[in-house]
Amino acid sequence: MRTTRSMSTVAVLGLAAATALSACSTPAAAEVPGVTDDKVVIGTHQPLTGPAAAGFASISAATAAYFEHVNANGGIHGRQIEYVVKDDGYNPANTQTVVRELVQEEEVFAIVNGLGTPTHSSVLDYLDQNGVPDLFVASGSLTWNQPDKYPNTFGFNADYVTEGAALAQHAVDTDPDAVVCVLGQDDDFGEGILQGVELVVGDGEVATNQTYSTADQDVTAQLGAMKEAGCTHNVLGTINGFTALAVGTAAQMEWFPKWHVSSSGADYPTLVEYLGEEGTPALEGLVSVNYLPNSPSSEWYELFSEINEEYNDGAPYTGNTTYGMSVGYQFAEALAAAGENPTRESIVAAVESGELVGNGIAPLTFSADDHFAHRTVRIAVVADGMQDFTDTAYEVSESGAAPVEPEQAPLENEGIPATE
Amino acid sequence: MSAHDLKTRLRTRDLRTGPKTRGTKLLLRAGLLTVLALGATFLLDPYRNYQLATSAGVFAAVAGLTLLVGLTGQLSLGHAVLMAAGGYGYALTATWVAGTLAGADGEVADGVVGWLLPLLAGVAGALVTAGVLGLLLGLAAARLRGPYLAGLTLALVIALPSVASTIPALSGAQGVSAPFVPVPDALSALIAVEQWHAWLAILVTACAVTPLVALRSGRAGLRMRAVHDDETASRLAGVDPGRVKTGAFVISSLAAGLGGVVLAIVTQQVSPGAYGLGFSLLLVVAAVVGGLGSLGGAAIGAVLVTVLPWVVDQATAGLPADLSHRLQGNLEIVLFGVVVIVVTILWPGGLSRLLQTTKFFRNTKLFQNTER
Repeated sequence: MRTTRSMSTVAVLGLAAATALSACSTPAAAEVPGVTDDKVVIGTHQPLTGPAAAGFASISAATAAYFEHVNANGGIHGRQIEYVVKDDGYNPANTQTVVRELVQEEEVFAIVNGLGTPTHSSVLDYLDQNGVPDLFVASGSLTWNQPDKYPNTFGFNADYVTEGAALAQHAVDTDPDAVVCVLGQDDDFGEGILQGVELVVGDGEVATNQTYSTADQDVTAQLGAMKEAGCTHNVLGTINGFTALAVGTAAQMEWFPKWHVSSSGADYPTLVEYLGEEGTPALEGLVSVNYLPNSPSSEWYELFSEINEEYNDGAPYTGNTTYGMSVGYQFAEALAAAGENPTRESIVAAVESGELVGNGIAPLTFSADDHFAHRTVRIAVVADGMQDFTDTAYEVSESGAAPVEPEQAPLENEGIPATE
Repeated sequence: MSAHDLKTRLRTRDLRTGPKTRGTKLLLRAGLLTVLALGATFLLDPYRNYQLATSAGVFAAVAGLTLLVGLTGQLSLGHAVLMAAGGYGYALTATWVAGTLAGADGEVADGVVGWLLPLLAGVAGALVTAGVLGLLLGLAAARLRGPYLAGLTLALVIALPSVASTIPALSGAQGVSAPFVPVPDALSALIAVEQWHAWLAILVTACAVTPLVALRSGRAGLRMRAVHDDETASRLAGVDPGRVKTGAFVISSLAAGLGGVVLAIVTQQVSPGAYGLGFSLLLVVAAVVGGLGSLGGAAIGAVLVTVLPWVVDQATAGLPADLSHRLQGNLEIVLFGVVVIVVTILWPGGLSRLLQTTKFFRNTKLFQNTER
């Protein structure tokens, strides 16, 4: 029995070696992961390839460019920010692998702006078990706002309920006889928007609620039903491609209702690209909301354009650029507030302290009980082929949407958060 | 072989070595290899243990697949769906049991019962779902040949995302989550969670693969080979090809289902995206590269398909961002193609054939494959 003998020899040797090296995989309490004297390493998962890449790949490039701007100006507390971007192709299975790589191999300090509801949901528990700060998730799903269950997770977007409520309130405010309808994606996104609309018009008072799946080829049936129901104001919880499809399909039916679109599907340059020259007039008067300084008249917009020129090879400036750089600013501000020697606990405490201001159209609302930051959104309208903010903004609470004055956070110190 | 020949071999098979000693020897060897693998987890850092656990899950599925293709000649391109069936079965059952346990005393049950009962129930659930799906497929497989079976299984893989979004319980692209299995208190000072999951993965995989080894070297294996070689001859010898093929498909599905359980334990999530066409084809690549019909080869193939994408990722990390984004996800597919071509040209029997020619492995049957 030579085989058995050689096998057992291997086994004994293996076990002996195993015992000798048993420290390798044991849980170790070390200094703060990802933080050294001159560097903070953070990571993210983004769709750089795959079906979602076209809509979102430019976000992380913009964030990285903003961090380069910060690093060129001395970093935060003297530390350079290293932003490790991993591609997950918008596939939850890949997200799980790349996030483990970030946490275990790259030993990142925090995950920042992980993108997508299905993708990020799949690593929520993992990040929670490992105590990794999970900052500013790129999605408006209410999942991120569960401080009891996921104390380290914070959302970035205005949540979908807030957007839905503001869009519906604006419809009711501008036209008291409005018949409000909803077209939403068949997931958290569409459900959140519907919930917001119902907050304003009342439960079950939506004339018709239609849904689509991202696999659908057209939305003719849905729009037919909406036209039939006599809708005057359509609130859309749709991504860019389906916003364009809905507006285009209605125009073909010679139906021109008011469109009120979530920030996730109302990027004007993108919509124009989808609809082409002929379809563009149908976008006139399109109402949307935003919570970031995505307006050419804003000083932030000016600064971000300069950073984009200098550190992002002058990539085309879109809503994603504003978004990505705003994420970067918000993280830099949190890191500055986390103290000279940041720890995972101190940065979470800094975000929860409510002292972060951000660069949005109203101060951030983070607190120990609220892990969302944008409860105020501002109405933007397309007029003469230009999409820009109006003076109307709404603050949404559990009782509904109330009009408020927008309070744009000021730009100071070249857009680099101060560290006292 | 002639029908008469086969008949005699089938009758005398067990006489050459007593079934009892063979069984004991097999269990001993399986136990030894399992202990060895468990010991090896101490040598690895957490991320490596995560990769080990993933390879173990893939190994279970590839082992079932290689047996199916190598022994009965049925080509399944849809083993990822059978893994997914196991994963969904595990996740839904385990979550339900965990919920019931928690419901009884108001909070999440602690201690061993809190995770062990859901785990075992989940494994049972996975075996049922994967087994039933495998049986249905197997019944069809007994009547379909070569490309038709491959086509049917391929269609299943492509249909998975739509099925997941049509059945509400499977919650679409987001997938369902499986309960987290925490490190038992007694071990928590010694091992990290990734190592603990690697242990569970190794144990489940051992339970999946050991029966396959027994089947392969036993009477059932001989019947499968007989059916593969000549259906008429085997029918004359009293072997029903339909039953053998269906049986082989069910067994292969059970192993794949357990593979799905392993991945669900490790990632706490089952989603259609994880079991796409690419992954399903990779399972076939693993079986071919390892050597069809060889279980040792399946292990090599499984490690290869798990580790190679990571190696590619590491290798392209140094390149300019734009270029590496273009390469990500594409380069590894090209590499797999190259590996398959190189292996089939240089060692037509797969890597297991290569290993068998080395002195150390010559006397073990583990790397024997069915390529003649």
